[in-house]
Amino acid sequence: MKKTTRRQALELGAALGTAMLAKAEEPRTLGKPLSGYGERSAFVKSARATRVSKTPEAGSSSTPLAETYGIITPSSLHYERHHAGVPAIDPAAHRLTIHGLVERPLVLTMDEIRRLPSVSRIHFLECGGNSGSEWAAKNGPTVQRSCGLASCSEWTGVPLRLLLEEVGLKPDASWLIAEGADACRMQRSVPIVKALDDALLAYGQNGEPLRPEQGFPLRLLTPGWEGNVQVKWLRRLHVTSQPYMTRDETSKYSDLMPDGKARIFTLTQEAKSVVTFPSGGQTLAGPGLYEITGLAWTGRGRIERVELTLDGGRTWEDARLDEPRFRLAFTRFRLPWRWDGKPAVIASRATDESGYVQPTREQLIAARGTNSGYHFNGIKFWRVADNGSVANVEA
Amino acid sequence: MWRLSAVLAAGLLAAQSPKYGVGRTPGSEEIRALGATVAPDGTGLPEGSGSAAEGRPLFASRCARCHGDKAEGDVGPALVGGKGTLATAKPIRTVGSFWSHATSVWNYVHRAMPFDQPGLLTHSQVYSAVAYILFLNGIVGEKDVLNARTLPKVRMPNRDGFVPDPRPDIRRTPR
Repeated sequence: MKKTTRRQALELGAALGTAMLAKAEEPRTLGKPLSGYGERSAFVKSARATRVSKTPEAGSSSTPLAETYGIITPSSLHYERHHAGVPAIDPAAHRLTIHGLVERPLVLTMDEIRRLPSVSRIHFLECGGNSGSEWAAKNGPTVQRSCGLASCSEWTGVPLRLLLEEVGLKPDASWLIAEGADACRMQRSVPIVKALDDALLAYGQNGEPLRPEQGFPLRLLTPGWEGNVQVKWLRRLHVTSQPYMTRDETSKYSDLMPDGKARIFTLTQEAKSVVTFPSGGQTLAGPGLYEITGLAWTGRGRIERVELTLDGGRTWEDARLDEPRFRLAFTRFRLPWRWDGKPAVIASRATDESGYVQPTREQLIAARGTNSGYHFNGIKFWRVADNGSVANVEA
Repeated sequence: MWRLSAVLAAGLLAAQSPKYGVGRTPGSEEIRALGATVAPDGTGLPEGSGSAAEGRPLFASRCARCHGDKAEGDVGPALVGGKGTLATAKPIRTVGSFWSHATSVWNYVHRAMPFDQPGLLTHSQVYSAVAYILFLNGIVGEKDVLNARTLPKVRMPNRDGFVPDPRPDIRRTPR
């Protein structure tokens, strides 16, 4: 059998010519050896988007949502928002102090925190300023630029309720003042009802310790709320009877209304979705089959429905939602689409379990004007041109 | 809304005794060493004092590089002006036009400024810097002394400019 096979191969080789036979015998190069820490393929170039700044320690970088699959954002691509740079913290030296209106103030080491009963949960994180430029115009050029201050991770940590039970709250305890160990000692006031509900002290992210940019070694997580309140590099929880009206909850992250009044403690991120394919900056190779896909999330529980329009909002059809759908997490939606080569205007509209339907930009502006700057969750439209190029609708 | 349910929840938790026994009890000096943190009613404001007159040279040497000689804004935001603009098409949000509490200004300057060296200023220097910024906005006099007693009494022009979250504020899209 073997001889016959070899003879047949030789005959075939002779028949096809000696050049091909020589090529088949060229030795292959060995791949890279084993390594202690994995790196992505040299062909994959996805990166967070930053802007040139005179103060690069304060600002944000956005996630390339159109280049991620499923619902988990790679930790290396999780959006950033820093106010005084990323501190380099030795976890052995880090302490969390809980004090104020408590029966028993506590100082905890990271080792002690990791000994406590823990949970892992998948939650999105979205900056309160995500899509802020959309208040002025519908011209975010890509998903990353218009919507990329949102990411989703599996977080591991200790339910904050457990530690508040441990320290014992005094009767008038109603707020926590959370403080970070970054250079500016970032500070936000957190209603204690959230702390006793589903807040976490997180030390793990996507199977590894938190990345420094996400608060290593410890951060506050208040699922479904704006990112700014989820203080990173957490060093202190001061239990009080009043909010401290810190800079970032009054002069920032408040929503200025047309009458000159500003809404404060607008903490819940409302239902939002965006089509990540096809989306701004991409090009369809030609008519034929594609899968429309994107992400939806809400600070009010689960996403129940995502509808898609291909005609600029005249008609809508249901997209398929990936299961399981986690509360306060990204939900991936998909719909096969046979593009006929004609112009199309595509958008998604999310509905959450509270019955809230993602509004249009026009509805948001009718309710809030254009000065609020934060908490934009309007429907985002992409225009597919007949040559396959995709852009925002105002391009 | 937050407060009522919080009181109920806190009442339930207060009676319990420690379950895990992790960590240790910090001393009051150890807590103080974490740094001042300031409530709108002035709770937490430390000793020290300062005036706009003292703040002027400090601002020139430590703040003007980013905020401009007259606090008009440069790399850093403007700290003056904007009064009367909040309800217009181009609102200008500054300490003078927008910030709700003078204590918030102290708390922020104390913990976050100067941007490239936060923690540099003494408590009295923070009082002086805040006094100067408030003076530039016409909120305090040049020689008014700010300290733990007087700062919480300063009434900011936009003190009543903030309202609670009324959302959801968008009606359901008709189907």
